[in-house]
Amino acid sequence: MEENSGLARLRALHEPLRQRAKVIAAVRHFLESRGSLEVETPALVRAPGTDVELDPWRAGHRFLITSPEFHMKRLIGAGLGRIHQICHCFRVGEAGIHHNPEFTMLEWYWPGVGYLELADELEVLLTEVALSLRGTTKLPKLDVDLEPPWERLTVRHAFERYAGWTPGRAPDPDRFFLDLVDKVEPNLGKSRPTVLYEYPASQAALSRLDPKNHDVAMRFEVYVAGIELVNAFDELTDADEQRARFIADNEMRASREKPTLPVDHDLLEALAAMPPTAGAALGIDRLVMLLLELESLNDVMAFPVDAL
Amino acid sequence: MGDQQPLASALENVRWPGIASKRRLTTDSERVNHDSMYDTSDIRKNLKVELDGDPYVVVEFQFVKPGKGNAFTRTKLKNMKTGAYLERSYRSGEKFTPANLEEKQMQYLYAEGSQYCFMDNTSYEQVYVQTEQLGDAVNWITENLNVDILFHGSEAIAVTLPNFVELEVTEAEPGMKGDTASGATKPVRLATDASLNVPLFIDQGDVVKIDTRSGQYVERIKRGRK
Repeated sequence: MEENSGLARLRALHEPLRQRAKVIAAVRHFLESRGSLEVETPALVRAPGTDVELDPWRAGHRFLITSPEFHMKRLIGAGLGRIHQICHCFRVGEAGIHHNPEFTMLEWYWPGVGYLELADELEVLLTEVALSLRGTTKLPKLDVDLEPPWERLTVRHAFERYAGWTPGRAPDPDRFFLDLVDKVEPNLGKSRPTVLYEYPASQAALSRLDPKNHDVAMRFEVYVAGIELVNAFDELTDADEQRARFIADNEMRASREKPTLPVDHDLLEALAAMPPTAGAALGIDRLVMLLLELESLNDVMAFPVDAL
Repeated sequence: MGDQQPLASALENVRWPGIASKRRLTTDSERVNHDSMYDTSDIRKNLKVELDGDPYVVVEFQFVKPGKGNAFTRTKLKNMKTGAYLERSYRSGEKFTPANLEEKQMQYLYAEGSQYCFMDNTSYEQVYVQTEQLGDAVNWITENLNVDILFHGSEAIAVTLPNFVELEVTEAEPGMKGDTASGATKPVRLATDASLNVPLFIDQGDVVKIDTRSGQYVERIKRGRK
């Protein structure tokens, strides 16, 4: 009888799966040591967000989350303090060596913390996780050392350096993203991680515009070896501004013949009560892949979409 | 029905394809035959596409997407005419024209300077192919051989020989009997004027079998007259 190739694949994954569990345990240990509370929020929601480039799965009258952001912000609005969660998120059409349509996200929200302070915390988090897993911060195959301080680079400087032009407050999205993936990202997180910060205002997503400079949003991403690992915001807490962004997203969706999506009124209510908060989302599968210096998410997931 | 909420704007309602989507009017310039086009979801290794007037084959591809941003397919493409590589990223949904390629079986007739003349076995039409387009095939091609020629439009861009051809050895040092195990070889000249490394026992006049993909000697088919 022929060996089940699915089982053979899983047998070869023993070690990565053990390492994966260690990474998740170390991440939890760090967050708890910082006084953060682990929470759970629903995967099945009424309003999955309106981001034009994120397509949620429809499940009956509800949707699967593309991120747990909205419900976590409702907990922040209710005054729960520092919270974090490790959960599955679902995004239609995202499949590749660094994408899986169902993936594991670490998301955390800390009131009273500036967003760039979260970058400092991330330096410590990744250092501690790497030390507990490997006993070193060095990733020789990737030629990266996670040891702080990391490189800090504004989006403006990154584009000037690697793409040869200056993105203003609302660069043409096609040009911006094409150059981001082709010219900028491959140069980020070489030898040490890069914190790419101050995004054009048009790319604010759910972050606050810098009160001192409305052309840029208080948002950063962390790159390791050219791979996007973390997205973080100084969270937008202005309900009117958030509502306007939801509607602008839906207008863009309608113009592209994409389904429009419900506005989350419970979130808008919570934003009004939300203290200044920084939040970050980190792809756990990518973190494990990078720490084990493997090529593909398939090497660190028991059941990637290709092997279901 | 606790989900019911007063909705302030029509844009807050869910519109899902198949429920109520209004079609965008298509302009004349957009009215091309999209059924025969590829888009980024068709990208696979070996897919052949037309770019800037040249045929390209996909060598590598990868899905890339910033968490908050457009999805792209990053590709490495090889120009099938020049062999040059090109790296380009395409926005998800972008359309491609399939490469205008056709393969025909043809018979090799004769060479005239750097031109090789072939005849289409069905239409009897004759075409000329430049030496460069033949590549290594010039070493193994003989008159009346049936080959596959890949055309880009009307231009022949590649000639594929049968996997194996048999050619006579026209010049060789005298054969050495009994030495079949050492693996030692010697160069001989073939009827096509090409040189080939063969085992020491091969003689002038022998017919040998050659793998045209590797350019390697395979076996002796016939012994020459002594």
